[in-house]
Amino acid sequence: MQVPAPFEYERATSVDHAISLMERLGSTSRLIAGGHSLLPMMKLRLASFDYLIDINDLHDELGYIEAGPGEMRIGALTRHRELLESATLTAAFPIFADAERVIADPVVRNRGTLGGSLCQADPSEDLSAVCTALDASCVIRGPGGAERLVSMEEFHVGPYETAVGDGEILVEIRLPVRPGCGSAYEKVERRAGDWAVVSAGAAVWLDGGVISDARVGLAAVGPNTTGIPEISAALRGQEPSESLFEQAGAIAARSCDPATDQRGSADYKRHLADELTRRTLRRAVERARS
Amino acid sequence: MTTVHERVDTFHDNDQKPVGYGRMLRKEDPRFVRGRGRFVDDIRLPGMLHLAILRSPVAHARILSIDTSAAEASPGVKAVVTGAMLAEQGLAWMPTLSNDVQAVLATDKVRFQGQEVAFVVAEDGYAARDALELIDVEYDVLDPVVDARRALEPGAPVIRDDLEGKTDNHCFDWETGDEAATAAVFARADVVVSQDLVYPRVHPAPMETCGAVADFDAVDGKLRLWSTTQAPHAHRTLYALVAGIPEHKIQVISPDIGGGFGNKVPIYPGYVCAIVASIVTGKPVKWMEDRSENLISTGFARDYIMRGEIAATRDGRILAIRTNVLADHGAFNGTAAPVKYPAGFFGVFTGSYDIEAAYCKMTAVFTNKAPGGVAYACSFRITEAVYLVERIVDCLADELGMDPAELRLKNFIRPEQFPYTTKTGWVYDSGDYEPTMRLAMEMAGYADLRREQQEKRARGELMGIGIAFFTEAVGAGPRKNMDILGLGMADGCELRVHPTGKAVVRLSVQSQGQGHETTFAQIVAEEIGIPPDDIDVVHGDTDNTPFGLGTYGSRSTPVSGAAAALVARKVRDKARIIASGMLEVSVADLEWDKGSFRVKGDPGKSVTIQDVAMRAHGAGDLPEGVEGGLEAQICYNPSNLTYPHGAYICVVDIDPGTAQVKVRRFIAVDDCGTRINPMIIEGQVHGGLADGVGMALMEMIAFDEDGNCLGASLMDYLLPTALEVPDWETGFTVTPSPHHPIGAKGVGESATVGSPPAIVNAIVDALEPFGVRHADMPLTPSRVWDAMRGNARPPI
Repeated sequence: MQVPAPFEYERATSVDHAISLMERLGSTSRLIAGGHSLLPMMKLRLASFDYLIDINDLHDELGYIEAGPGEMRIGALTRHRELLESATLTAAFPIFADAERVIADPVVRNRGTLGGSLCQADPSEDLSAVCTALDASCVIRGPGGAERLVSMEEFHVGPYETAVGDGEILVEIRLPVRPGCGSAYEKVERRAGDWAVVSAGAAVWLDGGVISDARVGLAAVGPNTTGIPEISAALRGQEPSESLFEQAGAIAARSCDPATDQRGSADYKRHLADELTRRTLRRAVERARS
Repeated sequence: MTTVHERVDTFHDNDQKPVGYGRMLRKEDPRFVRGRGRFVDDIRLPGMLHLAILRSPVAHARILSIDTSAAEASPGVKAVVTGAMLAEQGLAWMPTLSNDVQAVLATDKVRFQGQEVAFVVAEDGYAARDALELIDVEYDVLDPVVDARRALEPGAPVIRDDLEGKTDNHCFDWETGDEAATAAVFARADVVVSQDLVYPRVHPAPMETCGAVADFDAVDGKLRLWSTTQAPHAHRTLYALVAGIPEHKIQVISPDIGGGFGNKVPIYPGYVCAIVASIVTGKPVKWMEDRSENLISTGFARDYIMRGEIAATRDGRILAIRTNVLADHGAFNGTAAPVKYPAGFFGVFTGSYDIEAAYCKMTAVFTNKAPGGVAYACSFRITEAVYLVERIVDCLADELGMDPAELRLKNFIRPEQFPYTTKTGWVYDSGDYEPTMRLAMEMAGYADLRREQQEKRARGELMGIGIAFFTEAVGAGPRKNMDILGLGMADGCELRVHPTGKAVVRLSVQSQGQGHETTFAQIVAEEIGIPPDDIDVVHGDTDNTPFGLGTYGSRSTPVSGAAAALVARKVRDKARIIASGMLEVSVADLEWDKGSFRVKGDPGKSVTIQDVAMRAHGAGDLPEGVEGGLEAQICYNPSNLTYPHGAYICVVDIDPGTAQVKVRRFIAVDDCGTRINPMIIEGQVHGGLADGVGMALMEMIAFDEDGNCLGASLMDYLLPTALEVPDWETGFTVTPSPHHPIGAKGVGESATVGSPPAIVNAIVDALEPFGVRHADMPLTPSRVWDAMRGNARPPI
């Protein structure tokens, strides 16, 4: 029987209640949302907490996808399945549906959340790459209801480490909506539902046939999921072309820092960073044009 | 012998038919689909305690001290037991199925990561698990032996210093065939091809992990053991020999089993710990291992490092096959194979081909890895043998520039050569290979596939077609050649017909999902004319079934299936005598018409088997010398193995950019002799093919240089899902076994044996434009990409 070490458990009734519990219980407490990363770690006894604060009852408060002027707001407790099935989100950012289709399996997607995925900050995590490509920012609420806004670059501090501090909770992800956007996601995995060997997300904004902005987010190629500013710089102001995508792929390959493991050799992963960058940019441009 | 070639099953739906063979829904499924199965973990006895095992975190270390005081003081804990405490009772070591010994709990050293070091018994599983954290073990870490190739190097750490005078890591040497004759043939051959191949360590990973509930009654001295075992009778005898409990005071019950694949053949330390714990505490004790424990400590499979060599004429006549094998047996030789076959049935590596000479030399070594060796639906190492021969035949085809189908067809053993004695001494009972191969090629549209491949290659697309043709050897004994620790491989069977004409058949074999309750009812029904629904199949309980060696190596139908048919015939013979009395005619005047005896020439005069059953138990007179009742028992000792065969064709597409392999089609034509329930056969084949996709593409129990197991969870050890497998295309031919009472051959492992080489052959074929002749499993995208760049490397 794989069971976690003993812990105490409380269900939060509101975001502020969750924050007050964290303030009181300190760093030996942990929020649990979908639990599909946290519970396996606890069962394998790789992680142990004295207190779990369950925020699943806060779905009314934190589970939403709202299209507003100039930005899309997504509640941190929005489930993978809701992201996959949202017509609003897919229309604006098809990259989400691309990614969600290859995240784990339906059982996990029924339960796992956007906020949980980002806060887990696994370097192989798909939605971090998606949010990086879309230039997302994260709303973090702390004691007393104070909120701060951080970019994805600031959000990811290191592997399994985020900008969310003690007594704080990620409540919302904001995605800027700009015209002429196309986006796409591709993942190579050894088997359906496995973590990525490498995956890539790309978003491209076209203005009169010229790339006004482009962003690429890679997963599983280094300690952090980060954007590659050099790609954005190389693409901006250019007309999309195969040679341009090749140039972007080459930048991706040399900018990443993969390690050899059971999923593949570092060389192969570097190759995939190139290949998948080209593929996702190509599709993102096709989508931006259509 | 008749051979029938059919693509479509002509058997009618047996659910509409009163008796016999055919498609019939499985009798066991209603309880499984309703969640009413009863597995070991479902057993809950009053006052039952729970056991958890502390395992070694390192691969090789001397145990300096173990402090259990904190664990003993932990809430709910009833006992903490170490190897030293077992040693006082002479129970610290137990025999393995290969005449080696294995530590129940380590006393001196730990020899693999995950080895059992101590156990806790507590009021519930949580308390037991939490107390494990409180046991303080001091280890002096030693250098591990991880690479089998280096195990015999001078100066390598000696793992088995528990064995008197042991100064190296040598396990055994084994050879078969004629070395000199083979060398002579190789010397004069036009073409010789050699290839190094690794069949990496994999794990059976049954959905249900291993476990037991032991209940020792100190008053009547009886031990009841519910355990996940594929061989309840063999286990009972071994417990009697090891633990000193009289055999009649041991009842081994193997309830519903959630998959075995060979993983549940051995006796694991956990079973013995549960028995000891029940004796010590006087309470029933449950031990159920978790997923990680199952993956890191129980019987693995394969782990053969092979060099294959094949000699042929320039025009494609195969002359000889030679192989040298280095076998990694882990820390203890726990191979589950007949005692005289330390390499299992690897000797069938000559495959389905009529050749002049063959030779194999094998060296087995100890390493700091989990013990095991024969598991995972391998028919006692035939998986490795078939992979070797089918891969190397493809290498030869490549060398000769010949189509691999044509090369195989040219070299098959011909039907008139059966029974065929191979150059390593195996007597293949029957076979007709070419029609099976032709059917597979026809179903695949082989010529069209080759044309499509040419077109795709011209466009830079990667498509491969792989063929594997296998001959299996299943159904161990006979008992004079084959035994497990002295227990001959023969199976008992009992059949009792009740007064109302319903029946119960008692088997020694145990189902782990094979559908025995249905298949054996059908076998008996076919012989005695009682509908399968009226026949109860009892199995998996040593107090209620006759002795036999169990279910593994695809032996249930070849051995116990024969026993069931013969015991039914024995009952029918008695029924005939009773019927002759009832009809007042001589026995010779009766004819059998599946379910009733009729008077020849007077078809209106008949009695049914149900009439006879009532008479056998009734008040009326029976013929002179006939005892009441209608029952019989036998023990069937097979005269030979049975040799099913099959032709598999796999079509793959590879993404040239990412090197991902997609198995697009898989055609499997199996010949398992007489087919009892085609639906169950297809289910077995489907499962085995999925196993093959797993092994070929993703499964491997890897270790790091310190001997840490890298496949300790199902996040790390990947099993295929429905998304990795195509719609299987199955077909069949029927070449009955001449010595089996109903001509059946066994099919449980055929697909696991035959599919990996077909898939690897297809991938290598797809990579032909890159000049690839071989690439080892598991062919993950990364490893395929390496091969495309000329860097194909062994996985270990």
